[in-house]
Amino acid sequence: MSSPTLRSAAPWRVLDGFGGAQRAASLYARPRNAEELAGVFARARDEGVPVSFRGSGRSYGDASLNTGGLAVDLRGMDRVLSFDRATGIAELEPGATIEGLWRASLPHGFWPNVVPGTMAPTMGGCVAMNIHGKNCFKVGPFGDQVLELDLLAADGTLRTLSRERDPELFRAVIAGLGLLGAVTRVRVKTKAVESGRVRVSPIRTPTLGAMFDCFVERMPKSDYLVGWLDCFAGGKGLGRGIVHQANYLSAAEDPQGRALLDNARQDLPPSIMGVPRSLVWRILKLFTNDPGMKLTNTVKYHLPESFGGDGSFLQTHVEFAFLLDYVPDWRRAYGDDGFIQYQVFVPDSTARATLAELLERCRRRGVVSYLGVFKRHRPDEFLLSHGLDGWSLALDFPVHARDPRPLADLTRDLTELVLGAGGLFYAAKDSVLDSAQFARAYGDRLERFRAIKRTLDPGGMFQSDLARRLAVG
Amino acid sequence: MSLRFQRAIIVGGSSGMGAELARQLSVDGAAVAIVGHRADELAQVAGRLNAAGKGRVIPATHDVRNYDEAPSLFERLVGDLGGLDLLVYAAGVMFVPEDGVYDFAQDRAQMEINVVGGMAWTNIAAARFEAQRSGTIVGLSSIAGERGRRTMPGYTTSKAALTAWLEALRNRVARYGVNVVTVKPGVVDTAMTRDLVRKPPMMISAERAASLILATARRGGSPSAFIPARWGLVALVLHHLPSSIFRRLDL
Repeated sequence: MSSPTLRSAAPWRVLDGFGGAQRAASLYARPRNAEELAGVFARARDEGVPVSFRGSGRSYGDASLNTGGLAVDLRGMDRVLSFDRATGIAELEPGATIEGLWRASLPHGFWPNVVPGTMAPTMGGCVAMNIHGKNCFKVGPFGDQVLELDLLAADGTLRTLSRERDPELFRAVIAGLGLLGAVTRVRVKTKAVESGRVRVSPIRTPTLGAMFDCFVERMPKSDYLVGWLDCFAGGKGLGRGIVHQANYLSAAEDPQGRALLDNARQDLPPSIMGVPRSLVWRILKLFTNDPGMKLTNTVKYHLPESFGGDGSFLQTHVEFAFLLDYVPDWRRAYGDDGFIQYQVFVPDSTARATLAELLERCRRRGVVSYLGVFKRHRPDEFLLSHGLDGWSLALDFPVHARDPRPLADLTRDLTELVLGAGGLFYAAKDSVLDSAQFARAYGDRLERFRAIKRTLDPGGMFQSDLARRLAVG
Repeated sequence: MSLRFQRAIIVGGSSGMGAELARQLSVDGAAVAIVGHRADELAQVAGRLNAAGKGRVIPATHDVRNYDEAPSLFERLVGDLGGLDLLVYAAGVMFVPEDGVYDFAQDRAQMEINVVGGMAWTNIAAARFEAQRSGTIVGLSSIAGERGRRTMPGYTTSKAALTAWLEALRNRVARYGVNVVTVKPGVVDTAMTRDLVRKPPMMISAERAASLILATARRGGSPSAFIPARWGLVALVLHHLPSSIFRRLDL
């Protein structure tokens, strides 16, 4: 008897984007190793089933969704293959997470160079989305930390890619949205650290201009810089917020810090102000509405605690880096309709005016983001990357499924504004662009990506709801 | 609540209640895909309905026992229809064995066509509808599923299983706004009942049954309903008949 087909044997599974506003039913497979993965590809090719990849499901929109196709969950391949204690270079399987990486590296005095706001994402996801962190202005995105990777292509061949071996493909696979194949091994560098802590300095910035100025002034002497914006504030306070600067500490600056390299000393506390962390989202939910969030943002802006003493404090790497992990299931605070994240990247030359106008338009339309996160970026070498010499603002909007129009109108308006300013968008987070807008943003780079995809995946096997929506290839 | 069905798939749409449901949906302007295993009958039904000039009707040949084919066919039809609001599983066969005949092949066919094929199609639809947070699944079960009957052992077993399956499915997806409707017709004048030796009481036409089924489905709220409702009284009596009496009846 021949082995069963994917279509007869694979279960259907309803998966969602992290924002909870998009879902898809797809066939589901979770291979345990590269051989099984290759077998899945062969079946999918024979049966004409479009394939997408899934890790921890942290992409906010539809990047990891594949309606009616096959979602291949790579978390069954989650080993840290090696870690070199001398150089800090790690080799990992695609399902290994950021958490797996730092837990392997930190006891030896290394911290991953680039981490996002949560430790959940997998290596495959970090490569495919070319994620960035709060130090993007300084060390670039995740792709800049990748030395080498193995790609399993649609035809079942395994290629080793690096800046020396097939650099063109290397630069397309990183930030390639998983559309060229599966990354089965990745080799990344990490950074030597002498302490398990960083020194964090919060700086209140009363206007958007002040926030830009603060970044410009502090970038040369910071390891991390991230801005939080109160998007409800208007008038003179438009774009007000708080910048958090963080710096690594040498053994001389923090003699006790060495002991904190121990994994157990990095764990987040089990409760926040006496409430078990697992229940906090229920409290957040009470405030996850326009008046509640307006209040929360105002309180957060004026909160005095963080400015005590000499204005700085110490936090473990985990405490500083993974703010999104403090409250498990925080996305549920948005209810069943979920939320979208909308992140725009604007060139330095036009950023101040564009972002001020953007915040103003949100307020004018009465559709205000519950959270604004501001960062500085730099250009990188990856074909579909969002990296540019400029600034980004990430916004979280609640979705109202019964009345989607105001948000759709706003984001269309803002997208035109950003395109006009020569800006870019981040596909890992996007759920609102259309193919024409995406093509305008990426232009020739998109054409080059499509050409590579046609060569490597002529049957168009690797797909996703996002890839179809944006006609990526 | 009154739901509008603009895009529908009817599995078992080439004859009987399925074909009649297709006709009525099409008259209402819905685009309807009819799935059945007899290509010629299917083409005839589609041709007739398309000639009537209302909602588009797409025929698709498929044996519901070919479970592997269901997912790709489902995707293709949803693509052709431009989405999906309604899936009706109306495929079904009935065998009435003579006394003293024990026919596994027929029992198996009834389970495969009436139940397993239904699981294949409604699973796919339920996953899609859960993801889209809307949609209606109608399963044509039968009052025959209320008791195990000596005259139609395989059929009553299959309909009991289908009824339980639809209830389980409803309990999974009703919370996501999906409407799962179990309809349990009494006796309907179709090819299935035409060969019955004794003409059963309270028989209604397929046309009447289909219009009652659609009215029930449009109300929403994931109901389980006898068609027509007066069969509910019969079911009530059936439920309370002790087995010692029920086994002596010629049912």
